[in-house]
Formats: sequence, C-alpha cells, structure tokens
Amino acid sequence: MMEDKVISVEQLTKRFGSFTAVDSISFSVSRGEIFGFLGANGAGKTTAMRMLCGLSFPTSGKAIVAGFDLYNDPEKIKKNIGYMSQKFSLYEDLTIRENIRFYGGIYGLTDGQIKSKTEFMVQHLHLEDQVDKLVKSLPLGWKQKLSFSVAMVHQPKIVFLDEPTGGVDPVTRREFWTMIYEAAHEGTTVFVTTHYMDEAEYCDRVSIMVDGRIDALDAPSELKKKFNASTMEEVFVQLARKAKRGD
Amino acid sequence: MTYNKQRTATNDSMIAVKVHNIKKTFKTEKSIVTALEDISFEVNRGEVFGLIGPDGAGKTTLFRILTTLMIADAGDAWVDGFEVVNKYKEIRKRVGYMPGRFSLYQDLTVEENLAFFATLFNTTLEENYDLIKTIYQQIEPFKKRRAGALSGGMKQKLALSCALIHRPSVLFLDEPTTGVDAVSRKEFWELLRQLQIHGITIIVSTPYMDEASLCDRVALMQEGRIMQINSPRGITESFKKPLWSVRSGNMYQLMLDILALDAIDTCYPFGQYHHVVFKDETYSLENAKQILSTISSDLEVKQIPATIEDCFMELMRK
Repeated sequence: MMEDKVISVEQLTKRFGSFTAVDSISFSVSRGEIFGFLGANGAGKTTAMRMLCGLSFPTSGKAIVAGFDLYNDPEKIKKNIGYMSQKFSLYEDLTIRENIRFYGGIYGLTDGQIKSKTEFMVQHLHLEDQVDKLVKSLPLGWKQKLSFSVAMVHQPKIVFLDEPTGGVDPVTRREFWTMIYEAAHEGTTVFVTTHYMDEAEYCDRVSIMVDGRIDALDAPSELKKKFNASTMEEVFVQLARKAKRGD
Repeated sequence: MTYNKQRTATNDSMIAVKVHNIKKTFKTEKSIVTALEDISFEVNRGEVFGLIGPDGAGKTTLFRILTTLMIADAGDAWVDGFEVVNKYKEIRKRVGYMPGRFSLYQDLTVEENLAFFATLFNTTLEENYDLIKTIYQQIEPFKKRRAGALSGGMKQKLALSCALIHRPSVLFLDEPTTGVDAVSRKEFWELLRQLQIHGITIIVSTPYMDEASLCDRVALMQEGRIMQINSPRGITESFKKPLWSVRSGNMYQLMLDILALDAIDTCYPFGQYHHVVFKDETYSLENAKQILSTISSDLEVKQIPATIEDCFMELMRK
C-alpha cells in the first residue's frame, strides 16, 4: 500500500563539511499517524525536519513527502504540509482574523474559503470575542492552539510540529494533544517533536535519534518491552546516554 | 513602596530570601497586565527552592525584582538580608543570576568570558575554583572557542560557571532546563545538587512539573499568583481526592468515553494512563471498576498517588 505512506525516507543524509548531522536515516510514516520524532539536543532532529519540509537539500538519500520528491518538487511539498513551532508561529501585531487571512492567502485559498475557514476556526476555538484583537493579547496557550489551526488552514497532508507545547500550562498542553488526536483521526499525519516524555506515550510510533542516526523506532509499548523499561523516559535516557557527540 | 516597615529579615540569618506582598504590573498603550499579584514567600539558607509554572506565570519578573534589575510597584523584598531597592549594590555583589536567554558575550572566548566576569567581581577563576570545578572541567576543552560557537549545553555550563565565579550566596536560575532534552535535564539537576553542598541557596524556575520533586520546596505559580508553597511531598499529599489511573488499548477513544460518563469530575491523559477523578470522592476500587466497566470490560484500573502535575491542574481549576 504505497499510497498509504505520506513520508518515506531512505538513507537520508546531510553533511555540513566533515560533520554528518543526519546519518543515513530510513523510515516511513502512514496517513493519519501520530509520529513522535525524539532525540537529544543536537542529535539531528531539526536538520532532518528541515529537509523533510523542503527547506534544506539532502547530501544524499531519497525522500518522498506528501507524494513529492524532495529533490525535484520541494515547492509542491511546501504547499502540502503545515508547520508550527513554539518559536515561530503567528504575527503578534496582526489580529487573529488577519493572521488567518494572511496564511490562507499564502497557501492560495480563495476569499470565500478564507471566510468560511475563519468562521469555523474561531467557533471551534471559542475565540468569537477575540477575533479582531491582536494576537499578542492572547495567552500563550490560546496562541499555540490558534497557531496549530492556522498551520492546518490549507488542509495539509502532513503537519510538522516542533516542540509545540513548550512552556504551556499542563491543562492547555492536554487540550493541545486533543487537537492533535482530532487532526490524526481526520486523516492528517502529525509529525511532532517534544521534550515531554509523557507526550511520547501519546504517539502511535516514536523514533529516537542519537548522533544523527535513528537508533529506535516503534510503538511506545514495543519500545518499552524491547528496552525493559516502564516508561518512555527510561527508554529515552538509555538511548541518549549512549550519545558520543556533544549537542 | 513603603520604607518604614520593620525589616525583620535582616536580623534572621536563616532566611536567604524574603518576599513580602510584591506586586508588579506592566502598562501598554491598550492594556494593563498584572505580572505579579501579591507574592509572599521565604527561602531558607541552603535551600533549593523551585518556582514552578508555565510561561506567563510571572517567574522572570520575580527574578528581575530579586536581582535588583526591576522595581516592584508595591511590597518589599530582601536578599541575603539586604533590601532590594536601597541596598541593590550589596545584593549585586552577592547573587548569581543566569537569565533564561543566553546573555554572555558571544564574541569572547570561554576563558575570556570567565575572566571578564571574574574581574567585574574583583576575583579570579582560581579563587573559587573548587566551586565551579565540576562544571568548568566539562567546558575546559573548548576554552579557546568563542561563546557564540558553543552548543546549547556548553553555553549553559559556561553561563552557570560565570554566575558562580564570585561565589554568590544566592543563585537565581531562570528556566535553565527549558528546551533541554530529558538526559541533559537530569545532568543539570545533578550539578545543582552538588552546588548545594557548598551551602549556596538556589532559586530555580521551570515549566517542567516533574522537576518540582528535585527541589526542597516549591511555589506553584500561575498568572502572577502563587497557588501553593510546600515541599513536593507536602503538595502531593494535599491532593485529597482519590485518583485513579485507567488504561486500555485505544486511549483516545477511552478518554472520550470516560468524559461522557456522568460520574466523572476530571479525566486527563498522563503518559500511558488517563488520570480520573470521580465526582463522588467516597468510591472504592469496586465502585470505580464497576462504573468504568460500562465502557469496556478490558480496562486496567488502579488507585494512585497524585503527581505534582495533578495537583497543579487541580489548583488551576480553583
């Protein structure tokens, strides 16, 4: 079932001079899967993610993302994926409505689509009273939830989330994961990084990068069995302690 | 600010930091944001005291007031016996401060940064070497490298070394482990424990609830307020409702099913389990199992002690 794979990566490698940031990684991710992409600081996660988003050319290896080849069609990949991170998400000096309009426009939605999307999102997030207020006036938790919705404005096949819950309060963190579950349930593939090890348990499968390689990849329950561990944190610590290169 | 109050903290040698009714608001063109609303607490000498809370709780504002970089709208505070407004020069000699953002000189090398901060405090790296030895040894191989070219973990160790170079009596660490992976976080806390041996009082903030258990006492903060102050154990023991962990094959569906039950007060995902509180706090294991069996006969149900995060979420509801 090749069409079921929305990401397939073979021996993907990225070198910067003599430094191999990503060292021949291979994996695939299915439609509607929540895929946790874990690793210590400096293990190569960000470099790998930048390649998958079409932002950085690999040194070697193959990758098909959302049906498009990384070398030939990086622009088509960008149109078919969504991206959000803790660091960069929305424009603080634009209102909620303006942010949705801006991102909708970038992704080529029509005025009619943007209008209906705005209505749907604002209702879904209970932001009716806030829609014409500046994003900077929103509490962080709301910003992150809105940011996730905006990353999904063009109904991408895959959404990349880079530490989406960093610094967020524990209740909002869980509400955010409910949104992730909903998106996956509707068929969007979720590719997510996190430093919260409890969140690793919420993923369908988890990969753990060590020194540029993927040292483990499986469902959390299988990984715990394999490493004789009771939590994903123990699995992570066992693997990451083996790292030779500093971050 | 009122200056005619009794300054008891100056006489109390056991208290490293005393904060009394501190308030701080920030005014912008359109709005007034209350960063700290009537904050009071004391930190004992030699204690590791944690400020635990998400972004926007007021942790950084509190640090900036205590390190004399900002003045509160109201209230008083003392650090190492000195009042923060009038005696700021004394405090600056005695505290170490590691801000959340890397704030060393990127264009200076590791050893130049250390020498610079040592000179500012009229000391040398050698004078307090015993204190920073374990940390410094990890960055010593890179001492000729510019700070800007260091990795995240190395920058953090250099910043900690610089904050310690004058042997401060109180060390303020603002979110030293944010964005840091689980292994490096563990290692950082091991370093803090070693510093405690030298008698340094440490005030550390973190958004990671699991780090609360590594402190002697913690203040749980949310939106400018302290919700509770206690030892980690005291906090978890104050969670009086029976708490149940529940697990099945399909955890998302299980959460939806549990939340649909009338008997449920709260249900939150916690790693591989959901933590459930029933409205009726007198339920036995049999009651709990019976009610949940309407969802599925194949559920794992256990009564468990609360974690700090359970307590934090319970306090947020109030």
